[in-house]
Amino acid sequence: MAKAHDEDTHEHPKHELSPIAKRVYAIRELLLEKGVLTEDDIRRQIEYQEARSPANGAKLVARAWVDPAFKERLIEDPKAACAEMGIDATSINEFVVLENTEKVRHMVVCTLCSCYPRPILGRPPDWYKSFNYRKRAVNDPRGVMREFGTVVPDDVEVRVHDSTADIRYLVLPLRPRGTEGLSEAELARLVTRDSLIGVTDPLAAPPA
Amino acid sequence: MGRALTVPNARFKPGDRVRVRMEDRPGHIRTPWYIRGKTGWVERVHGEFLNPESLGHGGDGLPKRPLYLVAFEQPEVWGAYGARRDKLLVDIYEHWLDPA
Repeated sequence: MAKAHDEDTHEHPKHELSPIAKRVYAIRELLLEKGVLTEDDIRRQIEYQEARSPANGAKLVARAWVDPAFKERLIEDPKAACAEMGIDATSINEFVVLENTEKVRHMVVCTLCSCYPRPILGRPPDWYKSFNYRKRAVNDPRGVMREFGTVVPDDVEVRVHDSTADIRYLVLPLRPRGTEGLSEAELARLVTRDSLIGVTDPLAAPPA
Repeated sequence: MGRALTVPNARFKPGDRVRVRMEDRPGHIRTPWYIRGKTGWVERVHGEFLNPESLGHGGDGLPKRPLYLVAFEQPEVWGAYGARRDKLLVDIYEHWLDPA
């Protein structure tokens, strides 16, 4: 056992770049050298990527919960509704919002790679990209949700969306019971990333 | 699920029964293996998009291809599947679909 452990440690020294990282750095150097990009372009892009987070999705959902007219617009034309909230979703080809009801709930996966509504949710979590999730989300969604702590009653229809093409999906979860008195900002705090992918419900209302 | 889209040359409309082609060819393909040969119905016409099978190999993606949201009954896809009402929905380009 000790030997195997030693070998493992020696095979993956932390200071050495992976082959993919080396390739990425080499491409970056070439793009800079040839003047295709500047250091400033790269820095701005990193800042843009990191500024996108599930908070955007939470804002959309909380507004939809308190404002039925906004909810209608969000479902009818999600990109326009994002623009209204100051969220830039223009890089998405086509954006679809999936509304959960008492009888139907949605869950999103990309079995082919890791398609994800990045402008709304930021970068996908590692589990979303794992083979395990991608394989099981399509043929055992109820089992996957159970592992996330979500038990779906038999009389609720589960609709799994495999986002294989140009469409990006966002789940609009049901507003938790007992949240009538909460403000929009308080509601937004209940909307977790995983509830926007559809594997969990939003958080429960905080005790009064 | 959002505004209805009209694609002038779309071969299928919502409600049409379709079967996914059972094709195997090399290259960049956006139709997952598990859904090939399965029968479902069109839920929505998503619009027209550049063809990824061309884009993926340095092509221009033209002509654009209609893209459909196709729904399948889970038991149709997997056979053994407990909750018979559950659906699987996949985005599929028109050239992968035949009328069923």
